[in-house]
Amino acid sequence: MAASAPPVADVLRDRFEAGAVTAAPEARDSIPTFWVARERLREVLGYLKAGVERPYAMLYDLTAIDERNRTHREGEPAGDFTVVYHLLSFERNEYLRIKTSLDSGALSLDSITSLWPGANWYEREVWDMFGIAFSGHPYLQRILMPKTWVGHPLRKDHPARATEMGPFELPQEKEDTEQEALRFRPEDWGMQRTRAGADFIFLNLGPQHPGTHGVLRIVLQLDGEEILDAVPEIGFHHRGAEKMGERQTWHTYIPYTDRVDYLGGVMNNLAYLTALEKLAGISVPPRAQAIRVLMSELFRIISHLVWYGTFAQDLGQLSPVFYTFNDRERAFGIVEAVCGARMHPNWFRFGGVAQDLPHGWEKMFRDFIAYFPPKLAEYDRTVLRNRIFRARTKGVGAYTTSEAVEWGVTGPNLRACGFEWDFRKRQPYSGYEQFEFDIPTGQHGDCYDRALVRVEEMRQSLRIIEQCVDHMPEGPYKSDHPLATPPLKDRTMHDIETLITHFLGVSWGPVVPPGEALGAIEATKGNNGYYLISDGGTASYRTRIRTPSFPHLQMLPLICRGRTIPDLLAILGAMDYVLADVDR
Amino acid sequence: MTSPYPIASILGILFASLTIAAGLIWLERRLLALWQDRYGPNRVGPFGLAQVIADAIKIFFKQDWVAPFADKPVFIIAPAIILVTVLLSFAVVPFAPGIVVSDPNIALLFFLGMSSLGAYSVVLAGWSSNNKYALLGSLRAAAQLLSYEVFMGLSVMGVVMLAGSFQLSEIVHAQRGLWFVVPQFLGFILFLIAGVAETRRLPFDLPEAESELVAGFHSEYSGMKFGMFFVGEYLGVTLISAMITVLFFGGWLGPVLPPVVWFLLKMFFFISFFILLRASLPRPRFDQLMSWAWKLLLPLALLNLIVTGAVVLLLA
Repeated sequence: MAASAPPVADVLRDRFEAGAVTAAPEARDSIPTFWVARERLREVLGYLKAGVERPYAMLYDLTAIDERNRTHREGEPAGDFTVVYHLLSFERNEYLRIKTSLDSGALSLDSITSLWPGANWYEREVWDMFGIAFSGHPYLQRILMPKTWVGHPLRKDHPARATEMGPFELPQEKEDTEQEALRFRPEDWGMQRTRAGADFIFLNLGPQHPGTHGVLRIVLQLDGEEILDAVPEIGFHHRGAEKMGERQTWHTYIPYTDRVDYLGGVMNNLAYLTALEKLAGISVPPRAQAIRVLMSELFRIISHLVWYGTFAQDLGQLSPVFYTFNDRERAFGIVEAVCGARMHPNWFRFGGVAQDLPHGWEKMFRDFIAYFPPKLAEYDRTVLRNRIFRARTKGVGAYTTSEAVEWGVTGPNLRACGFEWDFRKRQPYSGYEQFEFDIPTGQHGDCYDRALVRVEEMRQSLRIIEQCVDHMPEGPYKSDHPLATPPLKDRTMHDIETLITHFLGVSWGPVVPPGEALGAIEATKGNNGYYLISDGGTASYRTRIRTPSFPHLQMLPLICRGRTIPDLLAILGAMDYVLADVDR
Repeated sequence: MTSPYPIASILGILFASLTIAAGLIWLERRLLALWQDRYGPNRVGPFGLAQVIADAIKIFFKQDWVAPFADKPVFIIAPAIILVTVLLSFAVVPFAPGIVVSDPNIALLFFLGMSSLGAYSVVLAGWSSNNKYALLGSLRAAAQLLSYEVFMGLSVMGVVMLAGSFQLSEIVHAQRGLWFVVPQFLGFILFLIAGVAETRRLPFDLPEAESELVAGFHSEYSGMKFGMFFVGEYLGVTLISAMITVLFFGGWLGPVLPPVVWFLLKMFFFISFFILLRASLPRPRFDQLMSWAWKLLLPLALLNLIVTGAVVLLLA
């Protein structure tokens, strides 16, 4: 696809002088990487977004790295912090990594919120986690941590465990301060409290509200029931998943990934392992790949079923949630038989999966394949074709493809706009290129189309599952690569070299060679990516989790302005986010 | 045809309607469960019937709490209003010949009047709570109840014309040959819709709308004050079902079985229909609700009135 456009390295070399943009050595994930001087950053990114042929239209991710403890930095600038921008070009079907190095003395950069509005939350997160300031940012405040927090958690000198921080106490004084910090002041956001002759209502929706699907706070500026503006406030579900990645070994971090998008189960394992296996250079045997696809697609259905039922419930329809949860229960029966656990199976492993499929697995899947389509047809009749449901969702919360790309929207929410982009097709991983399935798309980008796309996706997932069942390859369920953990046991007791490798891999943990890699997949809610940096140890040096829900939720004010509270709930429901996926 | 033992009738109907309303809590939960592939309350007593008693004991022993920021007198009076107005309406419902507290010749107007007064309960509750969600709920309630009241009154005028009386027993007697649901089918549909809206049941539960407004107008209520709203809602459902039976389905008329049994059968059929609505329909948006009321249902009610009037004149 990128054949006709000149490689980005040549373009940048021609356009900018040598000091401004420097190509980095090839990364393990083969994503072109460049170091950009901090004062030229905005200009380079602006050029890549709009100036270059076949532009990089999406700001895929923005994060930082505290480099101060790192040992393997061959060929890199010596700064204390690195800010990393991942861009995505749909036309080139290619990621691009832009890095800029900062010294502790001057931790600030130009904000790129004027280039991508979606950079807003990402820059706030970098400020919150690393203390790197962005000049020109409209509201540079903490986003995940409480406003009263001292320190920047993802810095290497910040403690990772509560036990390193002294006992927690909450005297009255501190409680008052914390309470005061939560008070919403419209002036901070440039909002008016009154208009000629009338006061606006500021409605605090959440963090405990039945319609927000988790601990999310949205402050609404209301004129009657009309929403003039909305401020989503996140961070209530923040558990420091990225910080934990620096403490757990590569292997023992897998269960933590399950809990990021807690409805996606093993799909999270897949995103993490895709990155990790690129980093370690492990290729996964075909059977393991097919098992991964099989279980991931089953989890896509499970996740969409939760969305389906709760979305109908948000619109006041009480019954569908019970039907979809019943179906989900059936699917969980299969997950339980295969993995031994349900929502968080922690079942994919470094180089394969934990175990081979159990006896009789085909029958369980075939039963489900026969059972599910009539159920979907029934829900079409009761939900999608219901007149009130249509009246509540059609034309509500619409955005265009270009807005979606601008804000970093991926997955079903992007495809509902009519843009046929699915990472399983465009950048196949885990053997998805061998499967036949369609990419459902919408046209209007409204809540109704988002619903249609998800419902159709369940049918497509069922097709993929059926192909897995019909054509499951024979062979090992785990790679025999030395780093595969826990290792295959066949030869362990026969030669000492294998025994030593296995012993170290299990007791100490596998040692992954230094480098960096981004692994991204089409998860249940959109593109979920892990950006891992190894410093040649048993744990990750930096684990960055790029989740789809984060940018989706950031877009909320844009699509709910001028609508009413019931519409807001329809928009939230159709967005299909999970707060754990937003806050990590 | 008032009862020969007025005190017995009053106590009997009061007791019966409160029992039915409380029993509806059980009935609704069991029916919803049936339609939603689950069991519902089935542990306390036979078929879980004693669940109602357990719930009542629990709710009576809850702390009687009034939010410190609420307007106290109004906050306390609001739940009483709904209970009083609905119970007063039951005074004019003829369950069977002789089983009625009072049978005035303006019974239907009395019912409509009480129904209007009931709206105050919801509006005052939301207003006095001093809570933004409650306020939004009561604003919705005020607009919804007023709008649907208008054509609720109009929708039964066809029945009045055909019967030639506002007296409910007369209306029942007028249906000896043919239930009014046949000549007044449109009126029946309109009254049914208005009835659902008046009792604030799904799909017209916008003043509560738990996924949007937490609990709407009664967000701040707990204990027995909440219980009064709760029972008031079920009494309302019973009342509307009873009125549908009286106005359109021949009240106690029916062969073989005793009249009161016929009445209860018909009434419970509509109560179950109310519950089925709740199990199956989503909730429209507020502006959609209002535009249906004024742009579709009100003109239809007027049309029904004109056509019925014309037909009555022609036949006369």
